[in-house]
Amino acid sequence: MATESEKGTELVFHPMDQFIVKPLFGDGAVGLFTVTNVTLWMAITVLCIVALLVLGTSGRSVVPSRIQSIAELCYGFIRKMVEDVASKEALPYFPYIMTLFIFIVFSNFLGLLPGAFTTTSHIAVTAVMAMAVFLAVTILGFVKNGMGFLSLFWISAAPLPLRPILALIEVISYFVRPVSHSIRLAGNMMAGHAVIKVFAAFAPMILIGWIGILVTPLSIIAITAIYALEVLVAFIQAYVFTILTCVYLKDALHPHH
Amino acid sequence: MEGDVVQMGAYIGAGLACTGMGGAAVGVGHVVGNFLSGALRNPSAAGGQTATMFIGIAFSEALGIFSFLVALLLMFAV
Amino acid sequence: MATETHDTASACVDSFGGAIGMPQLCGEWFGNQIFWLLVTLVVIFFVLSRIALPRIASILAERQGSITNDLAAAEDLKAKAVEAEEAYNKALADARAEAQNIVAQAKADIQGELDEAIAKADAEIAAKSAESEKAIAEIRASALDSVKVVAKDTAKEVVSMMGGKADAKSVTAAVTARMKG
Repeated sequence: MATESEKGTELVFHPMDQFIVKPLFGDGAVGLFTVTNVTLWMAITVLCIVALLVLGTSGRSVVPSRIQSIAELCYGFIRKMVEDVASKEALPYFPYIMTLFIFIVFSNFLGLLPGAFTTTSHIAVTAVMAMAVFLAVTILGFVKNGMGFLSLFWISAAPLPLRPILALIEVISYFVRPVSHSIRLAGNMMAGHAVIKVFAAFAPMILIGWIGILVTPLSIIAITAIYALEVLVAFIQAYVFTILTCVYLKDALHPHH
Repeated sequence: MEGDVVQMGAYIGAGLACTGMGGAAVGVGHVVGNFLSGALRNPSAAGGQTATMFIGIAFSEALGIFSFLVALLLMFAV
Repeated sequence: MATETHDTASACVDSFGGAIGMPQLCGEWFGNQIFWLLVTLVVIFFVLSRIALPRIASILAERQGSITNDLAAAEDLKAKAVEAEEAYNKALADARAEAQNIVAQAKADIQGELDEAIAKADAEIAAKSAESEKAIAEIRASALDSVKVVAKDTAKEVVSMMGGKADAKSVTAAVTARMKG
């Protein structure tokens, strides 16, 4: 995690530089099909997923090896989540949810490697996934329930005068879903990485003045602590993204409260 | 000292927006604390409600993320 | 990461390679990211749905099956054990009953023999005692006779010594009368 400073030894903060998209080969502009660091890290994500879920389970042993039991754990974890949160009828959509979860969790963890590029810290990436979930769930809701899907907004348990107001709130919160869904993930990843970078910028202060004797150890300890938190956050955000997808899916399959 | 009032206002606004994250922290703490006190009273029912707790955390955290986003937008995008 | 200066024609990167504003909001990178994201997701989806998930599902199903089989086998064995125990108990009960029978039989036999022997002994004893009673009666009768004879003889002798002439007939009568009284 080198602080990219071209301005000498004075204290410089470039917490956002780690999110820059660069072409891997050459210095040209970033076009639609340019091979960039986004491509590189997404490819690494795919390779890790293949290594875990395909190569890890190639033994097909009844008594699992370590990697195979991790793969089985992932499978069982998401499958149980889909079954518990989104009901048994959601099981046909399990591969899609598994795809989202495994991609996010691997991107988050790979992004924690020093020098890595975190694909899930980009709103463009998470917004595409969140919009895909939102559109899929909405379309699915209308296909499965017809106009009955609108009863999601008409809460029949509430007293009648309150219902239009509640319906308005429900509609607003329904359309805020993709926004919060995507920004939660991107914001968490970006915030954690930026904070680590800010503390990392404080670390070389020992080279600048006597105050650095105090600041440098503190900032290194802070980096360690935030890093530990980020490991936790990397998993929890993937979990939350997945479980919210399941909740939205449940709304589409069973709109009646 | 160019007197860039707009930028000053943006930075002050970003700092103020960050207070919203404190609210989210209180909310998340409230959710988990209540979950824990309920779980200690009835530990057998706690396991099935962990997912609900995480959904609650996610919803209350979303608002903190919004204020964080506002802060970032003020600092970098305005 | 690389620290060399970029002369990119980008609105989001300054001449030192630093970010201008938030890189997340740089519109000219969106297309690239979205394109590669879609490629990645499609690849992951096909890897998962074609290879990984069916394989893991089959592994889990196989394990479940073998566990179920093992459980069934254990259940079987347990039933067999219970059966064997029942058979053992039954055999034990049979053997015990037979033993009881044999003991009862033996007891009855012994009782019978004993009874017979006792009866025989009783009969013998009865016969012997009847015999001896007869003998005693005989002896008593003979003793009585002897006493009569002795008494007559003695009385005759006494009378004759006293100087009288003993009439045998009267002496006998007198002795008989006397002995009756």
